[in-house]
Amino acid sequence: MIVADKKPVEEIIEYVQGCKKILVLGCNECVTVCEAGGKKEVGVLASALRMYFLNQGEDVKIDEVTLERQCDHEYLEEIRDVADEYDAIVSLACGVGVQFMAEKYHSVPIYPGVNTCFLGATEQRGLWTERCQACGNCMLAITGGICPVSRCAKRILNGPCGGSSNGKCEIDSNLDCAWQLIIDRLKALGRLEDYEKICSIKDWSTDRAGGPRKVVREDVQI
Amino acid sequence: MRLTYPTSIKIVRVPCTGKVDIIHMLRAFEKGADGVCVIGCMEGDCHFKSGNFRARKRVEQVQKILTTVGIGGDRVKMYNLSSGEGPTFARYANEIHEIIMELGPNPIKLKKKQAA
Amino acid sequence: MSVKTPSKLEKILSEGHLAVTSEVGPPRGSDPEEVIEKANLIKDHVDVINVTDNQTSVTRMSSLAACIHIKQMGLEPMLQMVTRDKNRIALQSDILGAASFDIFNLLCLSGDHQSFGDNPKGQNVHDLDSMQLVQTVRMMRDEGKFLGGADIKRPPKLFVGAAANPFADPFEIRVPRLAKKIACGAEYIQTQCIYNLDKFEEWMKLACDRGLHEQTYILAGVTPLKSAGMAKFMKNRVPGMDVPDDVIKRMADTPKEKQAEEGINICIETIERLKSVEGVKGFHIMAIEWEEKVPGIVERAGLYPRPEID
Ligand code: SF4
Ligand code: SF4
Repeated sequence: MIVADKKPVEEIIEYVQGCKKILVLGCNECVTVCEAGGKKEVGVLASALRMYFLNQGEDVKIDEVTLERQCDHEYLEEIRDVADEYDAIVSLACGVGVQFMAEKYHSVPIYPGVNTCFLGATEQRGLWTERCQACGNCMLAITGGICPVSRCAKRILNGPCGGSSNGKCEIDSNLDCAWQLIIDRLKALGRLEDYEKICSIKDWSTDRAGGPRKVVREDVQI
Repeated sequence: MRLTYPTSIKIVRVPCTGKVDIIHMLRAFEKGADGVCVIGCMEGDCHFKSGNFRARKRVEQVQKILTTVGIGGDRVKMYNLSSGEGPTFARYANEIHEIIMELGPNPIKLKKKQAA
Repeated sequence: MSVKTPSKLEKILSEGHLAVTSEVGPPRGSDPEEVIEKANLIKDHVDVINVTDNQTSVTRMSSLAACIHIKQMGLEPMLQMVTRDKNRIALQSDILGAASFDIFNLLCLSGDHQSFGDNPKGQNVHDLDSMQLVQTVRMMRDEGKFLGGADIKRPPKLFVGAAANPFADPFEIRVPRLAKKIACGAEYIQTQCIYNLDKFEEWMKLACDRGLHEQTYILAGVTPLKSAGMAKFMKNRVPGMDVPDDVIKRMADTPKEKQAEEGINICIETIERLKSVEGVKGFHIMAIEWEEKVPGIVERAGLYPRPEID
């Protein structure tokens, strides 16, 4: 899923200064799971904003809505009739949702309420870690199912570097060295000899480097 | 044993402090409470293992938010005691009462009145 | 191995001499004198001078520019190149730039992560990794082609090397990793500083068992310790560095004013012992901000005078 983290309330207050009617808009998908932008977080942010403006002696109306998703037309349509009534919409969806909102509702400023961080997994409640950088050309088949692109601090495709020590990465002794994990996994699979295959120079054109990407699937288009 | 604690305090019973969420505390302030005091079991004695630790973390979050929005983080506090400690409860109740008296009323309560 | 480049290092190694290399770290400023001074301190005692590339991710004068200064002094530089800061366009372009100044030695590295340096908020590139950089240079030199496939007019003549750290983890793949670097085309290897000789010898033996010592020239890396504090710092703070406790103890048991001398003694003893290790073809002396000590070390280790090569 897409993992996001809450933005400081101070920052959001800055964005919405001067607004009289604000919508705090959550999303029921990834950001709900990572507890950054679901219904609950919408409630907390809205409450904080209400108290802030009340305390400033300003009469600001703050509404709360949480959509099923903010990255699909259908769900965004649900606020079609009300969107224009607001001076600002604070979207707690990931960066995709915020942008899709902004594309749809031109006349209302949309502000991000979370920092979108990475594609990751819930290791345990309250701990999410990165697993993929959407390079567009998945190479997990040759690395024992562990991704050096997202999990090696230097994206080394023929690792580990000389800084790997005790299974940890040179940049942080609490961070697993991706290449240690790859080697352990290849060993467990009885495929350690695969380690000596040289990984050739990667085509990064399917990565961010190639410019904004697109997936077109004519077979499913209507 | 009859113990007295300030009548200004309204008790909300919860099965475990782990049940107390950030939004519950914020709502109390939004509605005009001057302070919130969460009283949990002794650390390590939680029936649900870590309910009181969670509560403490949430209280800290609320403190941060209240400071940010200008209500003051000192208005919320967490204490721990075990079930048989009536006198300690009374002492904590008095303590939070005094803290709140010193801080004065929740500013938004006043603002709401002015607006009305 | 037949000689493929005009590199002095390649000649010395191919003639069977123990090679001696050392390094110069470019300055944090634009004064060429600093490079020239450091190079002058060691020029008569080493065959080739490595020039580090923004080492530990701290911004410095470019390695290529400093190499050119050294070349213009009539000395033989080795351009170190890290894949952290440049994409494949910039790397290939710098390779041509180096070749245009008749720089004949290139060491391919991935480089420390930028979080160690003075720009922890910056991006890193890592378009290629160090092995892929070795492959790139070999392709440019041997096939006369760019990565994009086009022909290169006057291909670069570079003797290509890579680094190896026998002490990083996991140990079991350290020799296979060396084999990979050789398979990519690394003609020489400079190792991480060696303090744990037993472990190094174990690594070397495994490498020799696979015949790797006959496919590349391995130069053993040494760094004289200045103090017990430095020894402890290297052990605890430098990732992938193995400083055994007896080395630390030996430094710590030496009175403060004698520690520098003791560090040099350890360094010389290390070289002496490594000379007889099968597969060691030379030494890379990394005297960090201590270049003036290099001549003494080379002399006392019996590596002076350096062979004359025309
Ligand atoms: S190789 Fe690419 S697509 Fe596969 S997990 Fe890694 S970043 Fe994601
Ligand atoms: S220590 Fe491991 S994870 Fe960290 S940069 Fe080196 S190879 Fe990558």
